Amino acid sequence: MQPNREQRLWMYEHMLVSRYFEETIEKIYLEGKTPAFNMANGPIPGEMHLSNGQEPCAVGVCAHLNAGDIVTSTHRPHHVAIAKGVDLDRMAAEIFGKKTGLSGGRGGHMHIFDPAVNFSCSGIIAQGMAPAVGAALSRKMSNREGVAVAFLGEGAANQGAFHESLNLAAVWELPVVFVIEDNSWGISVPKADATAVPRNDVRAAAYGMPGVYVTDNDPFAIFDAAGEAIARARAGGGPTLIEIETWRLAGHFMGDAEGYRPKGEKDALFAKDPIPRMRERLIAAGDLTAGDDAALAAKARARVDTAIAFARESDYPAAEEALERVFA
Amino acid sequence: MNDKVSVTNERRLTIARAMAEAIAQEMRVDERVFVMGEDIGTLGGVFGNTRGLVEEFGKLRVRDTPISETGFIGAAVGAASDGMRPVVELMFVDFFGVCMDAIYNLMAKNTYFSGGSVKVPLVLMTSTGGGYSDAGQHSQCLYGTFAHLPGMKVVSPSNAYDAKGMMTAAIRDENPVIFMYHKGLQGMGWLGTEPGATVNVPEESYEVPFGKAAVVREGTDVTIVGLAMGVHNALKAADLLAKKGVSAEVVDLRTLVPLDRDTVFNSVKKTGRLIVVDEDYHSFGVSGEIIASVCERDVSVLKAAPRRVAYPDVPIPFSRPMEQFCLPNPDKIVAAFDSIAGA
Ligand SMILES: Cc1ncc(C[n+]2csc(CCOP(=O)(O)OP(=O)(O)O)c2C)c(N)n1
Ligand SMILES: [Mg+2]
Repeated sequence: MQPNREQRLWMYEHMLVSRYFEETIEKIYLEGKTPAFNMANGPIPGEMHLSNGQEPCAVGVCAHLNAGDIVTSTHRPHHVAIAKGVDLDRMAAEIFGKKTGLSGGRGGHMHIFDPAVNFSCSGIIAQGMAPAVGAALSRKMSNREGVAVAFLGEGAANQGAFHESLNLAAVWELPVVFVIEDNSWGISVPKADATAVPRNDVRAAAYGMPGVYVTDNDPFAIFDAAGEAIARARAGGGPTLIEIETWRLAGHFMGDAEGYRPKGEKDALFAKDPIPRMRERLIAAGDLTAGDDAALAAKARARVDTAIAFARESDYPAAEEALERVFA
Repeated sequence: MNDKVSVTNERRLTIARAMAEAIAQEMRVDERVFVMGEDIGTLGGVFGNTRGLVEEFGKLRVRDTPISETGFIGAAVGAASDGMRPVVELMFVDFFGVCMDAIYNLMAKNTYFSGGSVKVPLVLMTSTGGGYSDAGQHSQCLYGTFAHLPGMKVVSPSNAYDAKGMMTAAIRDENPVIFMYHKGLQGMGWLGTEPGATVNVPEESYEVPFGKAAVVREGTDVTIVGLAMGVHNALKAADLLAKKGVSAEVVDLRTLVPLDRDTVFNSVKKTGRLIVVDEDYHSFGVSGEIIASVCERDVSVLKAAPRRVAYPDVPIPFSRPMEQFCLPNPDKIVAAFDSIAGA
């Protein structure tokens, strides 16, 4: 299954928005944190896990989804949220801890909830998986359309929740797709030191579902694998496990000195940054002229700038609002 | 000799370094001691408390684990019962949700269930606390949750001297110990840190025994009880109160299980007033337990109703104004005193 021109451009545009968003967040995150880096300071405090390099996973999968489909994501959620169509203004405001944020500032960057497009995420590793299974169960039980996609990191595939969720989805033949973003690191621990098999797609066999490994962080190959899995899920064919080779171009979180990375690894990854690669590919295919590209880039920037301005200009919540919304 | 001691005594360590030093010293003398957890090897622990260990002891004794808390904490229980002395890290206490069975149904109960024939000498170290906008899955204290469940010792140091001595005591203990270290005291620059936690630490090995609270400031008008970060808030409040002519006594609990109820009671008997500071949730927790233990023994020692300055019963919000509003602080402690000063 190959994307048509419209889909290719949609994917590229969302990769651009995502990257500009992260680059902008990165800059603002450092405000108030120099010369002494203290996570508590600045307009965006707390942990910040950027998705630079992992955009292909988000767009290749979400190109097949509509607002009614469910996505659960992780502590590294921005690229997926953007591709799923989460309200960017209110997501930015949430990351700034503003009253206009998706959760009124209660959740922050690891807890993005946008029910309008059925997106949520959690900071606890692998814990987004079972809720995706449950949402798929809900659709099946109530005869409503829709598939659920759970994104996770390769490190999460060693959690009990991973194995329980796969088995449950398979035994109940639920419309859910598990997407592992294999950036080969769980904080400082390389995949090879933590995972008993080189590739997690083989684990699908243990649960009687198809497993696919997509190499080279390739948006079109991801589109292909995800398209097949999602179509199968929609048709009642049950779950699929997809693992995608991707690249973490940033530290685990901002402030990570990354002393554990082998020398040269990051340079090698930057040399195959998926964004310029996608651009060259689209230009070579005749999908895009340099002029179109500039226009798309400007549009993406403007979209991000608007969201950031909204976040900056919004008010903080009143302190007492902390006590509200504990119960529905 | 004297010279040497005084030089040694000037050495100031962060809690992170004090913990790592205690573990290293025990590893040197006891081959059964080993460390495992996420990012505790090459990285030296996200919060620095295992720095230098893998370099000295190698990957067999300092084991980076997969993200599999049920697996490796359960494995630590098995290894401990089979003669090893694991020191295991749960990176944030908030993650206990994915592995609590290994902790409270195995680690904490095996000694009892076996009629004492099985020992579980395991140290589970875990970070607590917020204040830096990490939201509700990375900022909790949960001291009360662990202390509530029988069968494990629960300790939380307020400074590096205690941290080293309590870690040494924990590793040597025949029982499971939850060693809860507060991120804001850890001395990690990127987290910001309470300077009062970085203190002189002797190089030689020593134990700080469990079940002995410390009166860290003497006073006559009110007893302020806390642990970990709460102690520093209490000390700052005591300074503020002193300016108003109020003499506050500050008690650092140091360990919750066992709990030194005597020191708390004797202090309140002297001052007649009690304020408990707790960054853990307000209800059903440490603050209620401290107050109950005084009232149960002799309510007449209290001249005024006891007060608590604890975290409201809400998940911890991300946004700075909301989080700071919820956290205990010196001003809230002073206000609590003002509300009972007349009595
Ligand atoms: C249950 C649990 N254990 C540990 C952590 C701490 N932690 C946060 S991110 C992370 C690494 C995750 O690696 P991976 O799943 O590969 O995702 P990536 O960060 O590479 O995107 C860890 C260990 C956590 N959040 N939850
Ligand atoms: Mg990873």
